[in-house]
Amino acid sequence: MDFHLTPEEEAFRAEVRAFLDELLPPGAPTSDPKFLATWFRRVREKRWVGFSWPREVGGGGGSIMQQVILKEEMAKRKAPALGACFMGLAWVGPAIIEYGTEAQKQRFIPDILDGKVQWCTGYSEPGSGSDLASLQCRAVRDGDHYVVNGQKIWTSIAMWSQWMILLVRTDPAAQGKHDGITCLLVEMDSPGLTVRPIRNMSGSAMFAEVFFDDVRLPVDQRLGSEGEGWKVTVSALAHERSSIAEVEGLLRKLEELLELARASTKHGRPALDDDGIRRRIARFETRIAAMRMNGMRFLTKQLKGEPLGADTSINKLHRAALEIEMGDLALEIQGSDGPLEKERDGGRWQRFALSWPEVVIGGGTPNIQRNIIAERVLGLPKD
Amino acid sequence: MNFGFTDEQELLRQAVRKLLDARAPMAEVRKLAETPEGFSRDLWKQMGELGWLGLTIPEAHGGAGLGWVDLVVLLEETGRSLFPSPLIATTLTAAAIADAGTAAQQAAWLPRLADGSAIGTVALLEAGDRLDTAGIQLRGVPMADGWRLDGEKRAVLDAAAADLLVVAFRTGDGRDDVTLALVERGAAGLRVETTPSIDATKRVARVRFDGVPVSPDAVLGASGQAAPVLARLLDRGAAAVTAEAIGAAEEAVRLTVDYAKERVQFGSPIGRFQGVKHPLAEMYVDVESFKSLLYYAAWCLDEDDVDAARAVSMAKAYASEAFPRIGIDGVQLHGGVGYTWEYDIQLYLKRSKWVRPIFGDADFHYDRVARIRTEAA
Repeated sequence: MDFHLTPEEEAFRAEVRAFLDELLPPGAPTSDPKFLATWFRRVREKRWVGFSWPREVGGGGGSIMQQVILKEEMAKRKAPALGACFMGLAWVGPAIIEYGTEAQKQRFIPDILDGKVQWCTGYSEPGSGSDLASLQCRAVRDGDHYVVNGQKIWTSIAMWSQWMILLVRTDPAAQGKHDGITCLLVEMDSPGLTVRPIRNMSGSAMFAEVFFDDVRLPVDQRLGSEGEGWKVTVSALAHERSSIAEVEGLLRKLEELLELARASTKHGRPALDDDGIRRRIARFETRIAAMRMNGMRFLTKQLKGEPLGADTSINKLHRAALEIEMGDLALEIQGSDGPLEKERDGGRWQRFALSWPEVVIGGGTPNIQRNIIAERVLGLPKD
Repeated sequence: MNFGFTDEQELLRQAVRKLLDARAPMAEVRKLAETPEGFSRDLWKQMGELGWLGLTIPEAHGGAGLGWVDLVVLLEETGRSLFPSPLIATTLTAAAIADAGTAAQQAAWLPRLADGSAIGTVALLEAGDRLDTAGIQLRGVPMADGWRLDGEKRAVLDAAAADLLVVAFRTGDGRDDVTLALVERGAAGLRVETTPSIDATKRVARVRFDGVPVSPDAVLGASGQAAPVLARLLDRGAAAVTAEAIGAAEEAVRLTVDYAKERVQFGSPIGRFQGVKHPLAEMYVDVESFKSLLYYAAWCLDEDDVDAARAVSMAKAYASEAFPRIGIDGVQLHGGVGYTWEYDIQLYLKRSKWVRPIFGDADFHYDRVARIRTEAA
């Protein structure tokens, strides 16, 4: 057991820090488009966009530890994202690198790295949420084309995307429900494709319904073989790595919560002097630390080349609980201001307390994570 | 960065597992728990010969000179078996002597604690149930040659078997005017009354001091300067108890998972029902999480890292909340048989009740985490 970094890893950390010192001085205008353009160009030059990808396809070839260091340092400094194409970098790109043809790699990967196109993910359907493999959106082969009919839902940023990675059913007669699913890459401006944003409980719209009405796309936009779509998806989602970046984000939230408690009065005295509130915040800190240490333990497994299996579900459950409970405590600390939309801090905590479903429901609900742990780790029979 | 155990540590784990499986299966543990002394002197001696009692004692004094990470490996396995022995008490006694003892005290006691020929314990807690120095009210009345101790200690681990007690007592009115001293078995005025525990695999006692004499050469470190030694002892005690809790909680989960796979109701193993599998998943999440926290804490202790106190408190706080829940859910998911004396799950529930308060419960440790965080800001 050793938490120290090697000299090479320390050197890499120093390189990242020096870069951040230069590009991200205190008060840097991180939402200014001109600043962001420079930021994206510079991190791209460093090959830190797609850092884990092989250098042949334009990635950085970073080791697992280097990826962790990079993410950690970036998160600590609240740096803008490494690249403009979130889903493209998180799982579309890795899936194309693993299953794509040479032509597909050349066509799609550079644009993802350069942030020129935005991708969205067409997995969930009205009748297929937690039970994703029951999906019904249909694609029928017609010569050199597929013709897609059906509907997707909860498609994040569909309204701002140029491309979608889409799961469809190509063989309804297939034996298992995981068979007969195929992965397609679809242009969002295809005729017959309609996007309808969904307003969520915080009042904004981040995701949408997407309708397919005889949408035609060439066969060379299929990713992997016909019927191999489930495998492509599972392997793509497995690229979600340890939770280092999430931990840094949660720690920042914890600091903000402490600030709030310091500045608030509860029952006539400072909220931060209240034992109950102090203990709840300490419990959050402990849970975040558990996530970090779990992440380190999983990372050690990865470094040894062992599969991660269902371990990542542990931290997903912690994160879900933290996102919900931290926002909730914030509103509780605010007392009768809690339910008011903009009375405190411009309504920051109210928005936070109303946006947890984005993290908690997307990517598998807590109950689905519990099923995964119970069945794959504990070996309990499937429902 | 490596958050795993070394090959040597894995070998140690296998060796401990092998001995405990062969010599201390649950039937044997249940028998030992009903004996007056509560543990096996034979196995104690054997563990001494194997070097396990002196894992963290310096090599110069007959120990293995290893760290708390190594000790965690041993304790996870003794915890898994609910193996009764004065291992934690003796290890903490040695840690206090190694930390603050004179060369003569170390030479006199450490080799004997390492080979098992002496059993030690630490007598800290009193009626006020406080773990800070203010809780230490046992009076050291100054005498011509040292002090005379008057008062009482509670929940002293394995005191009945102990040849040596590390005793914390008050030598002044200032909050931190506390001193540690070595008191030997049979000292005049020392009385040990075993207080039966619902976890019969853990022996605790009330220790009465009626004018027990303490000479200056029995003092550990300087008189009135024991606070930092006590703080380190508390961290080590909390870490050791949590390490045993990992093994015990893992075993409680395993027993319950196995039962859920076998027990058939409504035509199906009950482990198929989400009302059963979800609490089991939560138990697993909790054990894995306080395990990660404790491994990190043990590493911090070995490295003398500034984060050690916070790391230990997070691990013990988490375990103090999670393990009792695991004990209760484990019994509940067993249904009626979980309530019987025959099934082992109830033994783990009882262990969780012992683990919760000792060396600080969740509130105590969360308060410490909160204090460290808010004082740093």
